[in-house]
Amino acid sequence: MSTITDAVPATQPVERRRGAIRLTRDGLTTFAFLLPMLAVFGLFAWFPILRALVMSVQETNLVSEPTFVGLDNFARVLADPQFGTAVANTAWFSLLALLFGFPVPIILAVLMSEVRRGRGLYSALAYLPVVVPPVVSVLLWRFFYDASAHGVFNTVLGWIGLGPLPWLQSSASAMPSIVVESTWANAGATVIIYLAALVSVPPELYDAADVDGASIRQKIVNVTLPHIRSVLLLTLMLQLIATAQVFTEPLLFTSGGPNNATLTVLLLIYRYAFQNSLGGDYGMAAALSLMLAAFLAVFTLGYYRLTRAWSTSS
Amino acid sequence: MTALPWRARQPRVLRPRVDADATERGIVSGSDWRQRRIRWVMRSLHIVTLLFLLIVGLGPLLWMIKSSVTPTQDTLRAPMALWPHGIDLSQLATAWSRTHIDRYLFNTVVIAFGSWAIQLIVATTAGYALSVLRPRFSGLLTGLVIATIFVPPIVLLVPLYLTVVDVPLIHLRMIDSYWAVWLPAGASAVNVILIKRFFDNLPREIFEAARVDGAGPFRLFRSIVLPMSRPILGVVSVFAVIATWKDYLWPLLVIRNPNLQPLSVRLPTLQPTTDLGVFIAALTISSLIPIALFLLFQRLFLNGGGLSGAIKG
Repeated sequence: MSTITDAVPATQPVERRRGAIRLTRDGLTTFAFLLPMLAVFGLFAWFPILRALVMSVQETNLVSEPTFVGLDNFARVLADPQFGTAVANTAWFSLLALLFGFPVPIILAVLMSEVRRGRGLYSALAYLPVVVPPVVSVLLWRFFYDASAHGVFNTVLGWIGLGPLPWLQSSASAMPSIVVESTWANAGATVIIYLAALVSVPPELYDAADVDGASIRQKIVNVTLPHIRSVLLLTLMLQLIATAQVFTEPLLFTSGGPNNATLTVLLLIYRYAFQNSLGGDYGMAAALSLMLAAFLAVFTLGYYRLTRAWSTSS
Repeated sequence: MTALPWRARQPRVLRPRVDADATERGIVSGSDWRQRRIRWVMRSLHIVTLLFLLIVGLGPLLWMIKSSVTPTQDTLRAPMALWPHGIDLSQLATAWSRTHIDRYLFNTVVIAFGSWAIQLIVATTAGYALSVLRPRFSGLLTGLVIATIFVPPIVLLVPLYLTVVDVPLIHLRMIDSYWAVWLPAGASAVNVILIKRFFDNLPREIFEAARVDGAGPFRLFRSIVLPMSRPILGVVSVFAVIATWKDYLWPLLVIRNPNLQPLSVRLPTLQPTTDLGVFIAALTISSLIPIALFLLFQRLFLNGGGLSGAIKG
């Protein structure tokens, strides 16, 4: 047993509040415990964040010394014709992901919350795709999206006399196809969050609504949805933040094609930094990363103001 | 050391009710349930929901498992047919040995294990220091940790890569070393905050008692705080392993040697040169461990309120 490094006067009462307890004034011990965090966060979180800011105003590659170029990187990103395409595609992806990925989990969760026996089975089924590694899901769905008449989806469509559809091979349908896979892969997590919120609605509220003679539809509209409003808004924000950073799916499905129809902002950052035949343009990549981060920060702030306004009004 | 009744006092942060459905009611009331029409509608809705989950949610995975034991030609000609020419288990064996899925799976396990260890070491020591030892700057440090949650990971991608290429101060090149994956995984603010919150809720009287009995800070950490924190350590562990398993972009960038790459990085490059049936068998093998972990620790995943609630606090 190690020795006590610091003797506390015996008269001091046992501290009951959740304040600091003075175990040791020996800063060295505390520092030893903080060291792993300071080293790891310092090197791999705090330092790179600062470095991103610095790099965005530098011309940086691994060969020559970085030079200060002001806002040149930002200007070059904005002048890049691919930039507009990537922003439009990412917005399109987010919108589609919202159209597919917002109502489906709500409906599923409401239906599942009314299941009285075996709800665990429903939840497990809904969540299962979430634990499949994204790379596996994408590669698997590439077979589903095979554009030949013998592709999986085209076979199923053939049964009802439709198709074959080109899926990933046409500029028009490539992005919706990616969104469908991404919804399949991610919706389960949202369902579980909604389900937890729905189960936490106090039963007394429904009892009161019953006394007032409310119909089932009225109960959903006037009790259930208002109660899970903040959770809905939270997942909406999380979903938008996640979809703005979509990467693995477009990279592995289409590499941004056909015709840059699925080139997203993250894919463009990746191209700037790692797929550049002239060597990585890290300055441009950092500039675009910061622009995306700033956009998401504005978004997050807006969310906080909105929830504050709501919580004070109701 | 006197026996302490801490087992009875474990904070019940991670046990929200989920199977309390027998005792509570939902939107549809008991009297609604007694109406035959509503009962009929609800039952059919449940069946439709279950069918939807089975076909849409589970269906793609079942197809993957089916095709991993179906000869390639059958899958190509009739992807939806059920074994027109019998089952071919040899594809699984071929994927395992000839395609070297065994090696890549081992790489993934090593990467996951290391990331898990680093995450636990960083999060428990930091949580202990910030919650129990409380140095003078602990508030500021906690703030700096929380701040990183609000920085989207994409901002870190390029500077983190350059850091790994040439680690500052020690000028080490970590490309093709697993440390390049393990150490950045440790910088997880969510882990530190989760564990700190949990430590905050441990009863201080026990620390006092241990101190009176002569336990120093290291002893307190090892013999009291860690054993009392098994629930939260379990949560962090499972999520650490699953997250590492799912990771693709970062190992793709920093592990260049194909013999060292994990499954997720190897699979896309293997596809063009691999027989279709064998490749789908490889996909199935790659999903087995995450799915097994999920089935084993379902409660951790599905009581999702536990995790998000703990973060929001």
